[in-house]
Amino acid sequence: MNKQEALFKYTLRLADNSLILSQRLSEWTGHGPFLEEDLALTNISLDLLGQSRSFLEYAAKVEDKGRTEDDLAFLRGEREFYNTLLVEQTNGDYSKTIARQFFIDAFDYYFYSELTKSKDETLAGIAAKSVKEITYHLRHTASWMVRFGDGTEESHERLQNAINDLWRFTGELFEMTAVDELLIKEGIAVDLNAVKSKWEKHVSEVLATSKVSVPENAYMQRGSRDGKHTENLGYILAEMQYLPRAIPGAKW
Amino acid sequence: MVTLNQQTEQVYNWISDIPDPEIPVITIKDLGMLRNVKFENGNYVVTITPTYTACPAMKMIEDQIIEVLGTHNIHNVKVDLTYTPAWTSDWLSTEAKVKLKKYGIAPPSHSSCTKLFSAEERTVCPRCNSNHTSLISRFGSTACKALYKCDDCKEVFDLFKCH
Repeated sequence: MNKQEALFKYTLRLADNSLILSQRLSEWTGHGPFLEEDLALTNISLDLLGQSRSFLEYAAKVEDKGRTEDDLAFLRGEREFYNTLLVEQTNGDYSKTIARQFFIDAFDYYFYSELTKSKDETLAGIAAKSVKEITYHLRHTASWMVRFGDGTEESHERLQNAINDLWRFTGELFEMTAVDELLIKEGIAVDLNAVKSKWEKHVSEVLATSKVSVPENAYMQRGSRDGKHTENLGYILAEMQYLPRAIPGAKW
Repeated sequence: MVTLNQQTEQVYNWISDIPDPEIPVITIKDLGMLRNVKFENGNYVVTITPTYTACPAMKMIEDQIIEVLGTHNIHNVKVDLTYTPAWTSDWLSTEAKVKLKKYGIAPPSHSSCTKLFSAEERTVCPRCNSNHTSLISRFGSTACKALYKCDDCKEVFDLFKCH
């Protein structure tokens, strides 16, 4: 693997994380528990889509094989997606959507803060732009964690169940591969060990305030770095990719 | 911010009056979205920057730039999108803030309010100038706005978020 191949794969990973989570959140359109939260989730979804497009456009440029940002989004199969397993998990009830979003927002906040220092100017530029949006998302989701966790008996129980369901997918966020190692040497990629300690500190503080806990000695599921996913991703892609695959080259 | 010669300055002036498609009382120049105009390899290259990464108005603004310059018989136009430096609401001119308030949108505070542990943004009612306002929704009708209400005149209003 050379530097160009590593950069392509790394950029795709960032693009796919935002793209799949954006697609997931968009399922809430018109179904939010009340109007303000419907707006919140769709706005967050839109920001993620914008971030993803920037990464996909760059990935296409790095690959330099004539594929476009649309080709990368709509014409890749499941095993060629590198998004983390956490973002493809189903929405569940509102507390599960919020818990998933909170774990990701907290990760993205510390990850992108580091990526702004990347020697790759494009990645650093997208990161600087994105981290401002993510900060706002994190403030929102962290406040909902506290409202649910420290709310009624039922909201507390639901949030705790959501955390129990999702926790097994958080270990993979910090997994580093040969791609990361090569690009860290070049000063391009982020050392995820550094992000991990900050993420753990932030998450444990919010969970303590929310009066919820994480499962002890939990099994951690992995696979996305090799393109191996849970069953959920196939269903998302089927819906997201249906039109461009059924009508190749379709235009508005 | 921008160094222009006579030709590019003329182009800059022609397009600086293009209104924001979502808040038509302010222009792309007022918002700080119009970053630069230069002449390069036989083309006028206009650089614009989005407020948010997914700002849906960008394509429309690009089309309008090409259309406006077309009416001045300039057809060799390229519109470039940049993220660097990242747009901040601090770039809104004082004039733009006055126009926003008159339109019923509370102008943004300084961007120092965007930190992770900042308190929720405080604002003044654009209609009655009361300080007694409260947040209804952090997310509003567009990416750059939040929804507030005035506890005195009871009016609901948009806040252009600090960013």
